[in-house]
Amino acid sequence: MGKVILEVRELSTKYVTRFGENVYAVDRVSLKVEEGKSLGIAGESGCGKSTLALSLMGYYFAPLHYISGDIIIDGQNISKMHPDEVRRKILGKEIAYIPQAAMNALNPTLKIINFIEDVIHAHDPKVPKKEIHDMARQRFEELGLPAEVLQKYPVELSGGMKQRTVIATSVILSPKVLIADEPSSALDVTSQKMVIKMLKDMMEKGLVKAMIFITHELPLLYNVTDDIMVMYAGQIVEQGTAQQVVFDPLHPYSKGLMGSIIVPESGVRDVKLTAIPGAPPNLKRPPQGCRFADRCKYVQAECRVQSIYMREAANNRAYRCIFPEEQLRKVYQNE
Amino acid sequence: MNDTVLQGVNLTKVFGWGKQKTIAVDHVNFEIRAGEVCSIVGESGSGKTTLAKMLLGLLNPTEGEIYFQGKKRDISTQRKKREYWKNIQAIFQDPYSAYNIFNKIDTLLLDCIRMRGDFWLPREKKIELMSEACSFVNLEYKELTNKYPFELSGGQMQRLMIARIFLLKPKILIADEPTSMIDACSRATILDMLMKLRDEVGMTIIFITHDIGLAYYVSDTVYIMERGKIVESGSADQVILTPHHPYTRRLISDVPKIHEAWDLSTVTYSGL
Amino acid sequence: MIHTLRQVFRSGKFVTGFVIFVSLLLIVLIYPLLVPDDPLAIIGLGTFFPPGIYVNVYDSVNVSPYTLNLPDATTKRIADKLGPKERQDMKEFLLAAGIPEEEIDIEDTAKLLDLWEKNYDPNKNIEGMTLAKMRYYQRLNNSLKGLLATEGLIVALPNAQTGQLEQVKVIEQSDYANINEVPNVRVLPLGTDNFGRDVLTELVKAAGVSLQIGFVAGLIATLIGLVLGLLAGYLGGMVDDIIMFFTNLLIVIPSFVLLILISFSIGQDKRGAITIATVIGFTSWVWTARAVRAQVLSLRNRDHVNLSRLSGHSTVYIILNDILPYIMSYVVMALILQISSGILAEAGLSILGLGPRTTEVPTLGLMMNWAMIYQAHVLGKWWAYLPVLVTIALITFSMNLMNTGLDQVFNPALRE
Repeated sequence: MGKVILEVRELSTKYVTRFGENVYAVDRVSLKVEEGKSLGIAGESGCGKSTLALSLMGYYFAPLHYISGDIIIDGQNISKMHPDEVRRKILGKEIAYIPQAAMNALNPTLKIINFIEDVIHAHDPKVPKKEIHDMARQRFEELGLPAEVLQKYPVELSGGMKQRTVIATSVILSPKVLIADEPSSALDVTSQKMVIKMLKDMMEKGLVKAMIFITHELPLLYNVTDDIMVMYAGQIVEQGTAQQVVFDPLHPYSKGLMGSIIVPESGVRDVKLTAIPGAPPNLKRPPQGCRFADRCKYVQAECRVQSIYMREAANNRAYRCIFPEEQLRKVYQNE
Repeated sequence: MNDTVLQGVNLTKVFGWGKQKTIAVDHVNFEIRAGEVCSIVGESGSGKTTLAKMLLGLLNPTEGEIYFQGKKRDISTQRKKREYWKNIQAIFQDPYSAYNIFNKIDTLLLDCIRMRGDFWLPREKKIELMSEACSFVNLEYKELTNKYPFELSGGQMQRLMIARIFLLKPKILIADEPTSMIDACSRATILDMLMKLRDEVGMTIIFITHDIGLAYYVSDTVYIMERGKIVESGSADQVILTPHHPYTRRLISDVPKIHEAWDLSTVTYSGL
Repeated sequence: MIHTLRQVFRSGKFVTGFVIFVSLLLIVLIYPLLVPDDPLAIIGLGTFFPPGIYVNVYDSVNVSPYTLNLPDATTKRIADKLGPKERQDMKEFLLAAGIPEEEIDIEDTAKLLDLWEKNYDPNKNIEGMTLAKMRYYQRLNNSLKGLLATEGLIVALPNAQTGQLEQVKVIEQSDYANINEVPNVRVLPLGTDNFGRDVLTELVKAAGVSLQIGFVAGLIATLIGLVLGLLAGYLGGMVDDIIMFFTNLLIVIPSFVLLILISFSIGQDKRGAITIATVIGFTSWVWTARAVRAQVLSLRNRDHVNLSRLSGHSTVYIILNDILPYIMSYVVMALILQISSGILAEAGLSILGLGPRTTEVPTLGLMMNWAMIYQAHVLGKWWAYLPVLVTIALITFSMNLMNTGLDQVFNPALRE
């Protein structure tokens, strides 16, 4: 077992709406990512995966609020730090974040190189420009990006190139952990593949030690990450290796999710897609018992009464359901 | 028997003049047979949405002809357009922008009843029709009446769009990325309903999509578009499993898969 | 709809602007009910009477007096005529007249006056003294006469038969008239203007007329801009080209220059307030038209419009039902801006002397124009122009504030 780079223990965060209501978007989430590994987070929109990504950085600003839990990056607990300290010492250096539409964040009036200067000077205003230029050129070459991109304005670049530029910039200070939230969903498939290749290259070259990859596109997740966690209504409902979760899901929600995968491969047309009726619960008042109960085919009376905890399963897996593993498998087999 | 329901001959759309001229759709030819599900697949900028708008009569082609049920399409007057739109309807990509947010849901459904020519039906009969349409898509009319679109979820909105099609029962439905804004789990529901609609009404469905996996899953015939041109067409199995055109091959290889390995080594960084 | 209104009234900026605006509106509506005078009636003989309460002297003499023995009455009376400045000036004169400095005590009124009476000579020429200064000393000397007298004033009337003056009554220094018993008292909170008209009454009327001009101009401009923008944006093609050709043509010519030319060519006697408003409206719709067109262009390709077309609706129905409601919030904001800029345009025109004809109604611009012509700003008659300026500022400020507030409600990206 490798060295644990990122460990999260029982992290809970909430949103406070304009009307003062609490939305419990992340509820007691625990996870571990080892050196050289990547973790994927899957789930429908509104399940809290993007909020989890934001929460993992330890940098909270309204309307997002921290409730409890620990975030430990390479042995350093950042969850109790002052936000300003987090911004200065942690963001970019220890942990980097690529938001959904990162490429739109580029300032249209700045050349890419000036943007990079700004980023570095935000952490250390004393770095000479020459050094930054050398650093940027080296990093871009390492990642297969043409160095001429540095002298361009964002409008001169395609969407895919902008996205890769932002990613390359976000790892320029060699953060230990990279959090990528839907980094390729706004791109067409060809650019998406380039972005994925670059992320994989970064992992291989050790530019980042661990990665958390968030997307709702399961085939993509399966191809990118080592492990997958499935989130539902702010909670982790299943975790395991990519292979396990995609081909042998245990939780009824994961099962439904995996049953909705469509890929252009022979055999796909013969399988009927799974549909999960209904909608996720309102997180302003999370249900008492299992949060998936209302949409679950196999729901029992006791599912709605007690809190359901994560259950350990064989091969280092875990899932959040009232049924033991064998019983679930039996039910699935009879369908 | 000639069962071609929609045919395009040398269909072309050019936007702008002179230097700013862009050819969105470039001499496209196709024949769509009655009752089939066909997909037009392309990346953004391939001209697939422009093509769909021309088929719908929302845009006039710069060049070329559209034949509807064997006859040249004539939509020169508002009356003829209305007649045409009884036969061809659409579902759009983003359910949130497809509704007039100032109108109640009833208005949308009553419009369809009016368009069918049932404007003079008594109120009870209209409600009966609307309830039937809603229950077809697993919605409850009683819960929807007097509501505004923003009170529904994205999935519900898209289902209501299908209810609208159910009321109109057109011969052809053009579905422009009907599931791309919807969660994977609701996607199956929408697709199921569309297929049920086809079976019950005997509709021809044209999917406009960028998702080659979806195209393969739902359609009988697939057209691949690249920069305004149809580069490959044929039965779904033929096009997806044995692609001939290099663009089709690239498109398929660029999509992540789960059973076959996704070969990242083919990635070449090119362009800016 | 109700939800939107509730949101709008939750915006602090909008509410502030709204409160100011409604207060102004209420004053404009209610004041004439309380003071039904003709706002242009000339009541003052002379220019620029300062603000204050005007008590009829004749009536005050005739009311039965009350005797009040107030200890500081004499001091106040003296202080009114003989302030520290006057005392200093007297000292200067006395020094020049050759009185040694130690003998002059400007604090001792009786001694000072005594010294003054003995030494003042209106014909005495002091070196370096200007004619104006000499006149000043003459006026000062006159006002000091009888300052220390303790007896009252005698009111006399000519006898009807003999024509001899006969004493009617004596007004003692300790006589007071109760202002409530004086039948003729006029409060002029802002004094009078150059023509001797009550500035406040005039100002309220002017604010009302200016608001009317603003509303008419704003409505005309917004209506023209809206219709042209909707047609150009939705129909596109030829219609768009023609409308935009004219719009761009008008944009190139500064609208204020156009306004001046039109206003001038109409001629002074044909320029009523509403005519001016119409002219302003017809010259200021261009930006609204362009902005509406831009909004419609982006709405035209929205799916809900396409869906409406596919439902067989006519163009007019689509414009009214699927386009107009979406830009309504924008149009309301444009209307508010047009109203406030209409008011400013009228003021600008009137200052130049090209506003409505001056004989019927006052407007804020006309009041500024009059104050300027009669040099109120040079003479320091602040009450003739400052309240007008403040009113113009308050109206436009409140409207712009409402506009910003609305903008923040409709554009969540601008919220703080």
